[in-house]
Amino acid sequence: MDNIAGQKTSLSVVTNLSVILLVILWLIPTVGLLVSSFRSNDQITASGWWDSMFGVEESIRISPEPDGVTRDGDYYVLSGNLFAGGSGSVSGFGITAVAPDAAEPGQVYARYSVDVTEPDGTVDDTRVEFAYDADGAGTLPTEDDEGNPVVAGSEVLDRSLQVAENGDFTYISDSDIRRAPSVYVTTLQPPSFSLQNYQQIMTSDNMDRAFINTLTVTIPATIIPILIAAFAAYALAWMDFAGRGFLIAMVVGLLVVPLQLALVPLLQLHNRIGIGQSFLGIWLAHTGFGLPLAIYLLRNYMVGLPRDIIESAKVDGATDFQVFTKIVLPLSFPALASFAIFQFLWTWNDLLIAKVFLPSNSESWVMTVKIADDLLGSRGGDWGILAAAAFVSIAVPLFVFFAMQKYLVRGLLAGSVK
Amino acid sequence: MSPMLQGFITIIIGVGGCVAYFYGSNLILDKLIFPPRNDDHGRNINRATLVRPWLFLFPAIFALGLYLVYPVVGSFIRSLYNRSGADFIGFGNYTQMFSEEGFRTALFNNILWALVVPAGATFLGLLVAQLTDKLRWGNIAKSLIFMPMAISFVGASLIWKFVYANTPEIGIINAVRNSIGLSPLDVMQIPFWNNFFLMVILIWIQTGFAMVILSAALRGIPEETIEAAIIDGANPFQIFFKIKVPQIMGTIVVVWTTITILVLKVFDIVYAMTGGNFDTEILPSYMMKFMFRDDGRATAVAFVIMIIVLPVMIWNIRQARREMR
Repeated sequence: MDNIAGQKTSLSVVTNLSVILLVILWLIPTVGLLVSSFRSNDQITASGWWDSMFGVEESIRISPEPDGVTRDGDYYVLSGNLFAGGSGSVSGFGITAVAPDAAEPGQVYARYSVDVTEPDGTVDDTRVEFAYDADGAGTLPTEDDEGNPVVAGSEVLDRSLQVAENGDFTYISDSDIRRAPSVYVTTLQPPSFSLQNYQQIMTSDNMDRAFINTLTVTIPATIIPILIAAFAAYALAWMDFAGRGFLIAMVVGLLVVPLQLALVPLLQLHNRIGIGQSFLGIWLAHTGFGLPLAIYLLRNYMVGLPRDIIESAKVDGATDFQVFTKIVLPLSFPALASFAIFQFLWTWNDLLIAKVFLPSNSESWVMTVKIADDLLGSRGGDWGILAAAAFVSIAVPLFVFFAMQKYLVRGLLAGSVK
Repeated sequence: MSPMLQGFITIIIGVGGCVAYFYGSNLILDKLIFPPRNDDHGRNINRATLVRPWLFLFPAIFALGLYLVYPVVGSFIRSLYNRSGADFIGFGNYTQMFSEEGFRTALFNNILWALVVPAGATFLGLLVAQLTDKLRWGNIAKSLIFMPMAISFVGASLIWKFVYANTPEIGIINAVRNSIGLSPLDVMQIPFWNNFFLMVILIWIQTGFAMVILSAALRGIPEETIEAAIIDGANPFQIFFKIKVPQIMGTIVVVWTTITILVLKVFDIVYAMTGGNFDTEILPSYMMKFMFRDDGRATAVAFVIMIIVLPVMIWNIRQARREMR
């Protein structure tokens, strides 16, 4: 209807493209989190999640088993393949963790013991390391790391390593190779996705406890206000009494009262009457805070129910209580479902009330508090763990959201378009 | 007792208690206090009808009074006392607060949030609502843009921490900067503009809300007005701005104010992203700094938030009263 014939196609292409663009923009952050939660921390810091389908250049330590060591003059020689039983491609190697890609495949990396002359003239022994092509001869550096000149002819080979691109290596040492030597190679790691992060937060990071706590807070805090609100909403919708208008106005007003106001006085009240910071306290708080929206939504819905049904039931002698339980309540199911979803999402996602009304010890942390107060601090750099924790906390609301979107939308409309 | 079991018992007690209260009190009213029999038959029914609304309303009024009305008064009174609550200091907490740089920054940032976030979310929501209106896959698109509504502010903050990370290997913003040869940047530390990067998170969440409501409003526009405009030769932009927008202005205002109210209460994003550092403090997060430490100051900040919300509250109540007439 919006378009005049002839303009339709070009405008519709633009529309489609812009919506696609917007949807992609909206999804990118969440997809990034989801992908990251399946990657190891090494992979996350090595390449972006958008590259996660491709491999990652990573330096790893390999310790080849010292089997089949042979003797060559004064030296012991170990050779084999670093990727024993697998395949891989070496793009760099070394013999220390500091310089894991000191040499390129096909080169030899050697360490010599040498004597150097220090600035004050004394002669001291130290080590120098250098790489050279396997088919040529290496040239010994003329200075050590500190710039002291090497005494010519003092060099003695300590160890050397040669690695080919396919992982074939030869390791030479001046002492017997009894334990597995440490070899560092930089290789293209295939993309790997695992549930490792999830396993770790659920088993050793106490996220399972926080998950259960969240559930424990959420369910009573969702169910109890519905019942209280339903009766009140019925009274405000279908019963006549003085002060009804005032009460409805009050509910509308209370909808926007900032919860920040309630924190201090109510915590003091809870402490005075012995509830203190506890699950009971947070259930009561969530019930109180959820009521205005519950009453408002339910009343708006109930007011729209057909007058005939209710009046004919009353003519037939039904009491208000019967009308409510037998007719209004079943008919109001969509509104009840809407509010239940709202309240569920709100209590599940809440951080403020949980921080104030629950005890601050780690056994009582809900997931939002756990993430905001614990993980972000103690595991700030551990992106994989953070991503997995966040995803655990948003998985249930997302499921509820997609499963019951219809009711959520209906509730939003009932609550706002008036 | 494990909290789980405690929760289960609370559900039973809570639900059972409510049912017992409503059923029992109605029963007592009808059978014991005002039984509709003998000479008083008619009068008793009338009396019971007078009392019954209050039976239905009592638990709700009690809970609302205790958990929402009392705190407004209680917080105000508490804010007039000093840190320990022993000495009355009048508006001491308020004057002290306004003289502090930190509070003024928080207030300024909060006003910025209250202007930018509702504007951004409403505009984008309206845009998406209009674009998806006649689209065949519009509902899927809307559903995906609506999705962040289900995510907690803490979860959303974490999601965006990945986007804003200052290494090009993690943060997509810095990856883009890197690919065009710019050095990595921690957007959370750019003075002033870091506030806007935080606001983006809330706009990302709230656009879906605005979209859902405005989309319904757009569908509610009478077709004839649009047809008439087409016949008169209006182009799509004219139809949108001159025909559609004016007709849904009321809804736009409702969406705008609803998001404004929300903005004034959200402390989670700032708390999780920057902890209020780098001059990103807003009032709700500023308040949390004093919570558990100085109740006098905390309640004073809360009351300032209340005062900012007050005009919207009054406007809402007047709207509601007008509709009831």
